[in-house]
Amino acid sequence: MASVVPLKEEKLLEVELGELPSWILMRDFTPSGIAGAFQRGYYRYYNEYVNVKRGSIARLSLVLAAYVVFNYRRSHKELKHERPRKYH
Amino acid sequence: MNENLFASFITPMMFGLPLVTLIVLFPSLLFPTSNRLINNRLISLQQWMLQLVSKQMMSIHNTKGQTWALMLMSLILFIGSTNLLGLLPHSFTPTTQLSMNLGMAIPLWAGAVITGFRNKTKASLAHFLPQGTPTPLIPMLVIIETISLFIQPVALAVRLTANITAGHLLIHLIGGATLALMSINTTTALITFIILILLTVLEFAVAMIQAYVFTLLVSLYLHDNT
Repeated sequence: MASVVPLKEEKLLEVELGELPSWILMRDFTPSGIAGAFQRGYYRYYNEYVNVKRGSIARLSLVLAAYVVFNYRRSHKELKHERPRKYH
Repeated sequence: MNENLFASFITPMMFGLPLVTLIVLFPSLLFPTSNRLINNRLISLQQWMLQLVSKQMMSIHNTKGQTWALMLMSLILFIGSTNLLGLLPHSFTPTTQLSMNLGMAIPLWAGAVITGFRNKTKASLAHFLPQGTPTPLIPMLVIIETISLFIQPVALAVRLTANITAGHLLIHLIGGATLALMSINTTTALITFIILILLTVLEFAVAMIQAYVFTLLVSLYLHDNT
């Protein structure tokens, strides 16, 4: 049941289901911890898809499409009234 | 209809948090840095473009004016990327806010003018009187030249704001008109074609940046180096 590696350093996909609540509680929620998580995520994406010698335009347009979706969610409340329906 | 038209220019806040900070900082994610000699495609393309632009813009200055190269290049990159990102659907363009454009225009113009006054006082003051004016006209001309000097930063900021805002509004209006006319044929094709042409012209928002930095540049050149 208990794993060989200490629980704090396990990745999410390798945590066993019974240990999930204690894993979530052990994560680092301080501001510098959250900033570190953003930095790690950014560099994972960047190093794998953009920082290669012949990176494609697909990955960059994925970032722009995610930006569009983010803005759509942000302005959904005002856009709801512009649908061509009889009852809004 | 009126409220919907201007709703996209409201400063975005989410739960009272200023989301606009994130949106202003987002273009910096698209310009990575690297210390290598040969980089990936994205960085190589950006380096080539930057070299092209800086050579063309900085060649008219002398040594003292070329110390402004970093400032002007980051200015043109920022305004260019912000305007182009604003062309994506539903995005917020920070340069449509007059406050931000004034914040960019006034310090830069003031820096150029004050540098000119400190280093070449006589030459800077001489700008207020063009050569060969008849003597009775001198007082009025000095006043006019002073006004035209002080209107330069306001003109820079308002020019950028008005151009980008007008372009966005036109796209909204014509897009709405196309949707409304969809049920009535034959005019739809014409209007959609006009939208297409308008968007292409609006992608000369990049030309807008060129205009901005170039105008700034001309002012810098005149005040600093003449």
